[in-house]
Amino acid sequence: MTIDKILKDLTDKFGSRVLDITKKSDKRAYVNIYPKDIVEFVRYIFKEAGFRFNTASGVDDFDALEIIYHFSHDASGITVSLRAILEDKQDPHVDTITTITRSAWWIERELHELFGIGFDGNADLRRLLLPDDWPEGVYPLRKDFIPSKRDSRKA
Amino acid sequence: MGLKEKILSRSLYVFHLSSGSCNNCDIELLDCLTPRYDVERFGIVLVGSIKHADVLLCTGSSNRLAIPRIKKIYEQMPKPGYVVVWGACGSSRGLFKDSYNTGQPLDEIMPVDVYIPGCPPRPEAIIGGFAKLIEKINAKGKTR
Amino acid sequence: MSHRAHIPIGPYHPLQEEPEFYKLVVEGEKVVDVDVRIGYNHRGIEKISEAKSYDQALFIVERICGICSSSHPIACAMAVEDIAGIEVPERALYIRSICQELERIHSHMLWLGLAGHFIGYNTVFMWAWKYREPICDIFETVTGNRQNYAMHKVGGVRRDIEKEHVPYILKRLDEFTKQLTMLKGAVLDDPVLHERLKGVGILTKEDAIDYAALGPTARASGVDIDVRRDYPYAAYDKLKWNVITRPEGDVFAKTVVRILEMFEAVSIIRQCLDKMPEGPIDAKPKDIPPGEGIGQIEAPRGECFHYIKSDGTNSPVRHKIRAPTYMNFPTFRETVIGETVSDATIILAAIDPCYCCTERMLVVDPGDKKVMDVNELIRLSQEKTAKIREKYS
Repeated sequence: MTIDKILKDLTDKFGSRVLDITKKSDKRAYVNIYPKDIVEFVRYIFKEAGFRFNTASGVDDFDALEIIYHFSHDASGITVSLRAILEDKQDPHVDTITTITRSAWWIERELHELFGIGFDGNADLRRLLLPDDWPEGVYPLRKDFIPSKRDSRKA
Repeated sequence: MGLKEKILSRSLYVFHLSSGSCNNCDIELLDCLTPRYDVERFGIVLVGSIKHADVLLCTGSSNRLAIPRIKKIYEQMPKPGYVVVWGACGSSRGLFKDSYNTGQPLDEIMPVDVYIPGCPPRPEAIIGGFAKLIEKINAKGKTR
Repeated sequence: MSHRAHIPIGPYHPLQEEPEFYKLVVEGEKVVDVDVRIGYNHRGIEKISEAKSYDQALFIVERICGICSSSHPIACAMAVEDIAGIEVPERALYIRSICQELERIHSHMLWLGLAGHFIGYNTVFMWAWKYREPICDIFETVTGNRQNYAMHKVGGVRRDIEKEHVPYILKRLDEFTKQLTMLKGAVLDDPVLHERLKGVGILTKEDAIDYAALGPTARASGVDIDVRRDYPYAAYDKLKWNVITRPEGDVFAKTVVRILEMFEAVSIIRQCLDKMPEGPIDAKPKDIPPGEGIGQIEAPRGECFHYIKSDGTNSPVRHKIRAPTYMNFPTFRETVIGETVSDATIILAAIDPCYCCTERMLVVDPGDKKVMDVNELIRLSQEKTAKIREKYS
């Protein structure tokens, strides 16, 4: 497996649904996709290409949210990151990938409580890290959340 | 010096509690029990329940989830009881004071007798800290 | 009549370490379900990092976990170096490898001691922690502190290993190897431990892959992954060592993998000290351009993953940190269901969580209002070992 091979396989299989490719080096590439295609891409890259799920990171780009799913192929030392941009910051949601791999179990809970991203099909989106009395609708990792001095002092 | 203080200062029973830390302080504390530092020769023993403890040793940067439990545990400690906070995080929340998940510093939740700063404090520092606590117990000569 | 009892594990214990909360649902002696609630340790480091410069972020990242105090800064530095395409000087790469391997040794010894305590081998606990001290001494000589070394920076390392330190380090490693060989014999050749730990808490290879388990937890289930070999970083591509794997997947296999990895680590350090070239230790980077970068390294518990997004300023826009225990924890659910309550502590300890959350366990039986505290559960575990020992004496 090489970086060029996996990128070619993805473009062959998904065609124009691969929106953009940034090949950073022989070991690293970022692939932009539509949010609705996440499950299919993940199924391909995890089940057919045999990559390992590393983690998913959310990014707040001010006018949109991004989720990046990072996958690594240990035998060849390649990391491919699938990026999906969620335009709707009021109600961002994507399909869950826990049906494909249980390794996404916790990270979806974390993304839900820290960014407010919904995962359709995941019935278990309980709090993982934040206290139970943390107010609903307040997402700490979003850019509009700034903990005030007062906030951080009182429990 | 009262009888209680005399007995206490000879053998302190310590209950250890972390309010959300990186673990370093806690490992250095366990290191104190091990052969090189061997704090048990001073009579200092870790106990499994706050009800048996004379000293509440607290580390960590006061995580919000932990604070109600710390309050409860402090109330359950039989008096006279002493509180020692250990580490930069325990003393003042350290690097994490501006975090959204960090609450009040430990000394605003309960009265603290001894602060042992460091990140993490060395095992020699904890022995020194306990020596200071014992001096304090003897000097005060009265119960809390 | 068998009834279901809920056993909360967490959050505090005298032998402490980070607090957590696990709920074990028990029917009679067997565990049938597990629920996890973490967050007692969530300090919002990713958010704090966004307000700090890259240099300051390294100090915070060091304190994510006390034992992986060298791993996280290296991964963070590598992510920033990935963004800017910084070439780290060769001597610094060797020093990074040395710090990594020393940390691996001290972490595995720590684990060995705690695991020994949970199954009732308190002598192993005392020995393992005593033999860990020379490693802390080496760290202190080289970096200035026993933990939290503040050794790594973007572009290299902060301090050099002086020539006069090298004989001292080699001498302590020789002593350590002797002591480790003794401990290895005592632990791995003990028939009581074979019976106590073999077949307990098996994680199958399929589950290890499905849960994306990492580090010794995965290698003990036959999954042949090691970031040092697969995604070479620091000086690992210039060194020779073996990746230790075992097919069985039980707690004994995990013990074997960790003990043998320590021998490999000593060998790596010797090679590094031998091959390390003279030269600068810092690339002295100036500006970090906008972009994204990833740093992956092999911490003692598995792969540490850092993703940083930069917008050209001196602070990260987004700093995603994924510690290896995050992926290994959910495997606890697979390995403990069907096992007995007396094995729960050692099964959890076997994944070497960055918190020894087995510490606090409370058994609450709603049926007959019986309450067992953590000491009881550890006592159960130790009693099971004692019964096995009687058979062999």
